[in-house]
Amino acid sequence: MRQPQLRVNSFTAPAKVLMQRFAFLALLLLSVGLVILGKVDSVLIERGRAVVIDAMAPVLELAARPLLTAKDGIAAVDSWFNLYEENRALHEENERLRAWASTARRLAIENATYRELLHVRPEPQVRFVTARIIAEGGGPFVRTVVVDAGTNAGVEAGQVGISGTGVVGRVLAAGEESSRLLLLTDLNSRVPVALEGAQARGVLEGDNSALPRLSYLAAGIKVHPGDRVVTSGIGGMFPPGLPVGAVETVANGVVRVRPWVRFDKLDFIKIVEYKGEPGPIPDPAPPSGAPLPALNTPGAAEARPAELAPPPAPPPIVTSTPKPTLLAPADDR
Amino acid sequence: MTEPWSRRAFASLVMLVPPLVGLVCVLIGVAPSGISGLDAAGPALTLMLVYFWTIFQPALLPPAAVFLVGLLQDTLSGAPIGLGTLILLGVQQFVGHERRVFTARTFGIAWFGFGMVAFLATAAGWLLGSLHAGRGIELQPFVMQMLFSITLYPLVSWLFGQIVRVLKSLEEAR
Repeated sequence: MRQPQLRVNSFTAPAKVLMQRFAFLALLLLSVGLVILGKVDSVLIERGRAVVIDAMAPVLELAARPLLTAKDGIAAVDSWFNLYEENRALHEENERLRAWASTARRLAIENATYRELLHVRPEPQVRFVTARIIAEGGGPFVRTVVVDAGTNAGVEAGQVGISGTGVVGRVLAAGEESSRLLLLTDLNSRVPVALEGAQARGVLEGDNSALPRLSYLAAGIKVHPGDRVVTSGIGGMFPPGLPVGAVETVANGVVRVRPWVRFDKLDFIKIVEYKGEPGPIPDPAPPSGAPLPALNTPGAAEARPAELAPPPAPPPIVTSTPKPTLLAPADDR
Repeated sequence: MTEPWSRRAFASLVMLVPPLVGLVCVLIGVAPSGISGLDAAGPALTLMLVYFWTIFQPALLPPAAVFLVGLLQDTLSGAPIGLGTLILLGVQQFVGHERRVFTARTFGIAWFGFGMVAFLATAAGWLLGSLHAGRGIELQPFVMQMLFSITLYPLVSWLFGQIVRVLKSLEEAR
């Protein structure tokens, strides 16, 4: 059956082969050109990519639907088998959270009182959009996801993606109806982080593996598996105190962190607009007088949830309307 | 001597089938799988497509079609644009050149051939990716993808085979 076909091919070969070879060479050069262009002018290439992804978004959504349905089905069956175990775990968690809720309530009141006393400018309202993942990286080169919300929903490049458990990554490029997020684990991801409770800052560097590396820690810092890692807020890209993960291994000076986000279980991502806006007083004078009490007393560190971790910079203090407060410097009066 | 227009229209419709199958492969490749670990290294469906059609119906998958499929894959998957395209074009040329070797009597040899091609494509992908990044990048996802692809090749090539069979039976029915 195959033999005649080969004969026909060899009969019509010369012109066709020549043309195909030329086409191949031209396309090869074009591909190389695109790779180089992507390296030289990544903004142009990424903009083009955003346009194509935007145009393809409905198709991507349609293609993702059967898989999502199957995933939901598997999850439903799975939860049927684990009902008893899950119920028990939820009861336990509920008990624990009840205790936490009372602590949080007390801390919130305390916090509000201190903020009022110190005249701390109210924190800006955080705007966020929740978007569904419609495509994944799918290849070994990158760790990115595409979500179904773009500039029309207020998403912009640089915004932070979080899930219920922690930081997912940040928005790399936004189209009108879709945007692409760079995950924590991607080769190009760099997130300024800190070890919670210790004054140790570093950078979480992705390398396409499941466990990104914690680098640029100051010498002499003791790191142990299980230490919590949160964003440090340095650089202004990420707000401080967002949970990132826990130290997994420390070997030969290489610290690996396991992100709390299960990237394979992600369906939705909350994209948060965070602006490190300058305060109303651009240059707050350093407070003189008695030093502030240490923020990291062992008891305080224990009772503080991750979201309330101390920001690296002191909050702006309104000094123009001095009032006798507990922490007011003596020479202000 | 000229062919009736319906025949020509059918022939050009047939030409569209492999690139459309390629489009479906790309879409499945980037769809959120949600299976642990698989998101990092789904099987290289487009590689299987290029290997299969270059062996069995090379006329239906010209370099331009491979280029478009590769370009779309790079764009949607977030990979450096042009890198995957380059590898797919290379695979097409290599398989096309050695077609007589790969056109095996038994499926085992075709499968072995695919294993070899997948290995070469993986090595090339890792090398080019590392060159692009300016440092050696994580090898594990590449190896995982290669193993997944080799494991799934019998199933996927059977599906491709069914498409080819349907096309042939349609042509014979005319």
